[in-house]
Amino acid sequence: MFDFLDLQRYDLFGAFWVTAQLAVFSAIGSLILGTILAGMRVSPVPLMRVFGTGYVNIVRNTPLTVIILFTSLGLFQTLGIAMGGDTFTETNFRLAVLGLTAYTAAFVCEALRSGINTVPVGQAEAARALGLSFTQVLRLVVLPQAFRSVVAPLANVLIALTKNTTVAAAIGVAEAALLMKTMIENEAQVFLIGGIFALGFILLTLPTGLLLGWVSKRVAVKR
Amino acid sequence: MRVRKSATLAASALVLALTATACGSDDSNGGSSDGGDSNDTLTIGIKYDQPGLGLQTADGDFTGFDVDIARYVAAELGVEEDDITWRQAQSPERENMIKNGDVDFIVATYSITDQRKEEVSFAGPYFVAAQDLLMRSGESISSNDEIGDLNLCSVSGSTSAQKIQEDIAPDANLQPYGGYSECLTGLENGAVDALTTDNTILAGYAAQDEHQGKFELAGLDLGPEHYGIGIPKDDTELQEKINAALEKMFEDGAWAEAVEKNLGPAGFEVPDAPEITEGK
Repeated sequence: MFDFLDLQRYDLFGAFWVTAQLAVFSAIGSLILGTILAGMRVSPVPLMRVFGTGYVNIVRNTPLTVIILFTSLGLFQTLGIAMGGDTFTETNFRLAVLGLTAYTAAFVCEALRSGINTVPVGQAEAARALGLSFTQVLRLVVLPQAFRSVVAPLANVLIALTKNTTVAAAIGVAEAALLMKTMIENEAQVFLIGGIFALGFILLTLPTGLLLGWVSKRVAVKR
Repeated sequence: MRVRKSATLAASALVLALTATACGSDDSNGGSSDGGDSNDTLTIGIKYDQPGLGLQTADGDFTGFDVDIARYVAAELGVEEDDITWRQAQSPERENMIKNGDVDFIVATYSITDQRKEEVSFAGPYFVAAQDLLMRSGESISSNDEIGDLNLCSVSGSTSAQKIQEDIAPDANLQPYGGYSECLTGLENGAVDALTTDNTILAGYAAQDEHQGKFELAGLDLGPEHYGIGIPKDDTELQEKINAALEKMFEDGAWAEAVEKNLGPAGFEVPDAPEITEGK
């Protein structure tokens, strides 16, 4: 029944390794960019607020496929931005991380902003009264508490990101979804192959969700 | 609370009823179309998005080589053109469409392979395509040795992409995309040097109005693809009838005419008709 699963020919683990790499790099990138965006959205400077709001609303409402294809067709093919990659493989991987980061950052920003709203206003006011600057208030008082309360929503974003990496197949990153396409083309076993890859993604995302659920309980701010 | 409960019950009953009827109608559909030629309608799976082979035009009509083959075969099976129902047969769904009885047969650049023959049967082949390169006019190469130096583009997961990576030029810089149109954009603006897949598909794109004169086929033969007509497994009766229709089409010149009409504008020379191998 599973004789089509020729691991010599189909590098199943290699493909999921690329998927995991895409997810991890994009997660790091989007956490950083998302935090900056969230800071912008709550900042006292109107221009920054406008930029943050504009970014989130435009990127969040654009289909990921469009963003990923734009990185390849627009940035790479038309503008010649190869992200320092020598081969298509390198370039595509980096472009995919860029696209996924840009997209996921919008969701991280919104999750984080909801966390900021859980921190009582009095704390920020007290910090201001002590003479802390805006960035100090954010960095030392508000964000540490905000992050603790949004671990669970961020886990959602991270799981969605892991599954969204499949879109990178559209620009030829050799991750799990692309291998799945290859195997279906050769083996005519749609359901079994689909099942194997679904299982692979569950194995990636389920532990992530469980671990972060546990972390979320551990670090929650008791008020 | 009581009201909500009964509403939930009613809703779930409704959903159940709907899904149950959906299953029912599916079954009867499959049953009636199983005979294929016994009643005078046919459901045929084709590509909707492959210029020169199977393409849905803006007014809802269908054109292409596969479509012409399907029409001829249908006519030989005694089915009027108005009684043909076209269904879109995307590559990964083809086996299941045949197995579920959604279609009577599939004419959609369907290569005959041993793996597929475990799931479905084939009639034909009606065409032997060769993998080739599509390049910008005036830049095309003439020998296989030069392929390794090119930036190639193909559709991710396709047989052509795999052949490049495994046999023909493992070191070549290959850009896989989700569809051919992205490759054509890349070919046009110079990001890639060549698009590689079956020469029929390439000829179809090169012959499109908006691409005419821009691209040309390199004319290399990188390996054959035998296009067959996909039919339910072990349906030898249908297989024989389709084979007979194809033989007739080869002989009376309609086949050569169809090749010329659909692929000719790209400078595609009409080859000899293939030999029918399935079911023999």
